[in-house]
Amino acid sequence: MCGVDRRKTRDARGENKTLKLIEVKDLSFRYSGSDSYALKNVNLSISEGEFVVLAGKSGCGKTTLLRCLNGLIPHFYEGDFSGTVKIDGMETSKNPPHILAQTAGMVFQNPDNQLFALTVEADIAFPLENLGLPRDVIRERVEWALRLLNISELRDRSPFELSGGQKQKVAIASVIAMKPKILLLDEPTSSLDPLSAKNLIDSIVELNKKERLTIIISEHRLELLLPHADRLIIMDEGEIIYNGDPRKILEKDLLIYGVSMPKVSEVARYVNAVNHSIFKEIPLTVEEFVQALRRYLDDKDRGG
Amino acid sequence: MIRIEEVEYIYPNGCKALDGISLEIEKGEVVALMGENGAGKTTLLKHLNGLLKPTKGRVLINGTDTREATIASLSKKVGLVFQNAEDMFFSSTVWEEVAFALRNFGYEEEVVRKRVEWALKFMELEKYADQSPFILSGGEKKRLALAIILAWSPDVVALDEPTTGQDQLQKEKLMEMIKLLNTQGRTVIVSSHDVEFIAQLRPRIILMKQGRIIADGRAEEIFLEEELLRSCNLLPPQIVSLTTRLEFIGIKPSLSHPKHVAEEILSKLGKPAP
Repeated sequence: MCGVDRRKTRDARGENKTLKLIEVKDLSFRYSGSDSYALKNVNLSISEGEFVVLAGKSGCGKTTLLRCLNGLIPHFYEGDFSGTVKIDGMETSKNPPHILAQTAGMVFQNPDNQLFALTVEADIAFPLENLGLPRDVIRERVEWALRLLNISELRDRSPFELSGGQKQKVAIASVIAMKPKILLLDEPTSSLDPLSAKNLIDSIVELNKKERLTIIISEHRLELLLPHADRLIIMDEGEIIYNGDPRKILEKDLLIYGVSMPKVSEVARYVNAVNHSIFKEIPLTVEEFVQALRRYLDDKDRGG
Repeated sequence: MIRIEEVEYIYPNGCKALDGISLEIEKGEVVALMGENGAGKTTLLKHLNGLLKPTKGRVLINGTDTREATIASLSKKVGLVFQNAEDMFFSSTVWEEVAFALRNFGYEEEVVRKRVEWALKFMELEKYADQSPFILSGGEKKRLALAIILAWSPDVVALDEPTTGQDQLQKEKLMEMIKLLNTQGRTVIVSSHDVEFIAQLRPRIILMKQGRIIADGRAEEIFLEEELLRSCNLLPPQIVSLTTRLEFIGIKPSLSHPKHVAEEILSKLGKPAP
């Protein structure tokens, strides 16, 4: 079956608004050997096409939650697992990881762990060959993934001679070539320089916009991500503290959860504390900030 | 204190990582080496404690040429914390991990004990003294790597990409630590491409590209140069991008604290309508 057909079935299902792509119910997990629970009674549902940002202190449970969403937990990590996780209707504890990986693909912090072939092309094709797909479908999928990530010119290069940002794009390409519905990313920009990080995030945003890929990404650099996020989830000690519209959540003080808010949002909060008629909602970008300020001045001119 | 004279360094594979670096760093300075991955930041740091010796030119630490000194004697003056120092832990307890280098330096056991106690306390790790270093969280491992270096009290502390993978709370703690080390008169050199962190620290910035220094100045000046930063794969701090767009209400581009920018905006706009 070729990729185009699968997309049709996906779109048909996407119209069914009541079906959630991800359903997490009463999820708790404790790694064996650890005294405390890494996740405590987590409940969460995410719809197809959402862009979700996970934030919180190191060790708050972000990585553990991501591992639960593609079945690495409970299949590869031992511990006490309770509750249920369903992705696209499949219960993760009852389906093997290689089946789940076709629905939820994961990109890790360090792309070196994910790349191993001699060429970029071979790295992207490898999991597809494992699925036993026909040659022409594999070729089509590899082209599609290279094009989406804007890395067609890298196809014959060795992954080991690429820059960090390029490697991370190849890692994403090799995951999306499987045509998953969900892309999970665990701090993918943490070792990249700022321009490479921005570039990578722009690519991820495009995957969400163009392909309606559901994105769940954990990150410390919120200023690059929040402008595109439908939802921000803040975790602390294995629990979800906030889950909702980023602009609403940024009205709170987030430093205690290890989260640095964009500097423009911080300035707007200080302004709002004195004069709350300037920013009706907390801006996430410089552009939003400037526009709100101009609008306020225009209204003031007209009013006075 | 640190004097680098026209240093070139060529790795055995022929890659020229440093291409004519000249630089002086005074005692008590806080300096950030910035630039994209591969610019030569780590290579330069490794020249400070003699791990690497220049192919051409020379590096002087307190007047001593690094080519004429041992790594051990240079390390006593310049403590280098690697980016992934935590991968190199090997002792069975946190205490032993800190004591190891001190014993190697030949300190008496009584001095070793006092110094380990001080360093663990300073880094808030004393409760883990008898535990395995491997059970520590990522942030605690970073602090242990720093405690190991501080235990022998080097004049210069060099940190390679200390904020990678750290959350904002850990970054704030690291910032306090750097300021504290600095008030003790130590020189602190940080390599980083974490623009927001360096913007908060406001050190002297040395901008590197392809093994050369392309700018050297205060953070308050360097961070206003967007073209220059972009040429090094960096972006200006968001507060600079914001203030650059606020000229229409009479605010000048600057690396100010968000609170000061807010106060300035409020004063430019006048009193809110009643």
